[in-house]
Amino acid sequence: MARFTRGFTGRGHSERDARLPPGQYDTGRTWPVLTAEVTPHLDLATWTFRIEGLVERPTTWSWDEIHALPPSSYAGDIHCVTTWSKFDTHFSGVSVDTLLDAAGVQPSATHVLAFSHTAYTTNLPLAHITNGQAWIVWEYEGRPLEPAHGGPARLLVPHLYFWKSAKFIAGLRLLDHDEHGFWEQNGYHDLGDPWLEQRYQGD
Amino acid sequence: MDSPDADVAPRSSPWHTAKIIAIRPETPRAKTFRLALPEAMPHRAGQHCVVRLTAPDGYTASRSYSIASAPDDSAEFELTVERLDHGEVSTFLHDDVEVGDELEVRGPIGGWFVWNADSPALLVGGGSGIVPVMAMLRYARRLGRPDLVKLVVSVRTPDDLYYADEVVGPETTILYTRTAPPDFARAPGRLTAGDIPGPVAPGTTAYICGSSGFADAASEVLVDAGVPTGDIRVERFGPSG
Repeated sequence: MARFTRGFTGRGHSERDARLPPGQYDTGRTWPVLTAEVTPHLDLATWTFRIEGLVERPTTWSWDEIHALPPSSYAGDIHCVTTWSKFDTHFSGVSVDTLLDAAGVQPSATHVLAFSHTAYTTNLPLAHITNGQAWIVWEYEGRPLEPAHGGPARLLVPHLYFWKSAKFIAGLRLLDHDEHGFWEQNGYHDLGDPWLEQRYQGD
Repeated sequence: MDSPDADVAPRSSPWHTAKIIAIRPETPRAKTFRLALPEAMPHRAGQHCVVRLTAPDGYTASRSYSIASAPDDSAEFELTVERLDHGEVSTFLHDDVEVGDELEVRGPIGGWFVWNADSPALLVGGGSGIVPVMAMLRYARRLGRPDLVKLVVSVRTPDDLYYADEVVGPETTILYTRTAPPDFARAPGRLTAGDIPGPVAPGTTAYICGSSGFADAASEVLVDAGVPTGDIRVERFGPSG
């Protein structure tokens, strides 16, 4: 049970938006940037995305090849563990389902480790990136995704805290176990469901 | 990338009740809060903690703040908080909190933007981004190893410099981007490679903290100065109020 803070009433929360998960606030039109590494500037001519690990056909797509796949979009909200949420965002790219289908997931796969063209990694249960829950996106609001926000392409898993949506995505490695990624090694939650406030290990 | 220790954060991190035992202004827009816990909460230089405010109806607001004090064995630590005009938590901390009040805190958190005083560190802080790297400078001085660190701090004007009396020293380079003090040798302007004390020794880890724009600019300067990209750790301060 939380202890009350003397004098704190919380202004404006009476009209709190039902789209806000607990402990989050609406960041409005801004989009904070919280990358922990130097922002890379990746060359589209040599850019690749790869699916490897427990799949029938480890597959690598070039920038042109991944753009030739059936397009898919997300419209909705995103939530960062640092407590901002952003409503009504629009991202376009390709569904992770399309990519996994092409590679053929082996039955033993239970988790993925998403890895970036930087050293960044993050872990996710396979069941949370299938069935229309995850995308590889390269457009935000109809424009190329900026490097500051993970461009040229990032993973998008909008129902989880946004550190799971790895910037500068390079690929997905299918595993039969859970393996901590960058922030998860550093105390952050393995799943990161904003509606359950799964911010840190043990939440 | 080196692999941070897996045990840096407790598996479960409960909320603690901390008492405010001192408040002091750092600048017109920043205050340092000294908090005391019932028992020691050991932290590493560069880590942050979460402060949670709870209203009588159960509404809560939480924000993360870097720990400004050096690691030590005490049950006390300091947070420096910038007042953001529309920040729900920072305005409350600045305008309403008094010595003797209690706050809920959780942490320490973070195993990446931390320095263990076992290798050279190049610290670069922009504005309020000085806070976690100040913890590193204080730690180096407390251990008697100031030779391990170099600090470059960039602020707009002299009024924006946190820890103004304490931060100066042979480890520290201060630069002003808008207005410098009278008789200050360097003309006001943004960070350049010439501001980086060199040469940067091999094996140095660079820690950059500030706004995202500052962090990107400082990253480019360090790469130009010869620091490998993989040796640069960045903490970007978002507009979390």
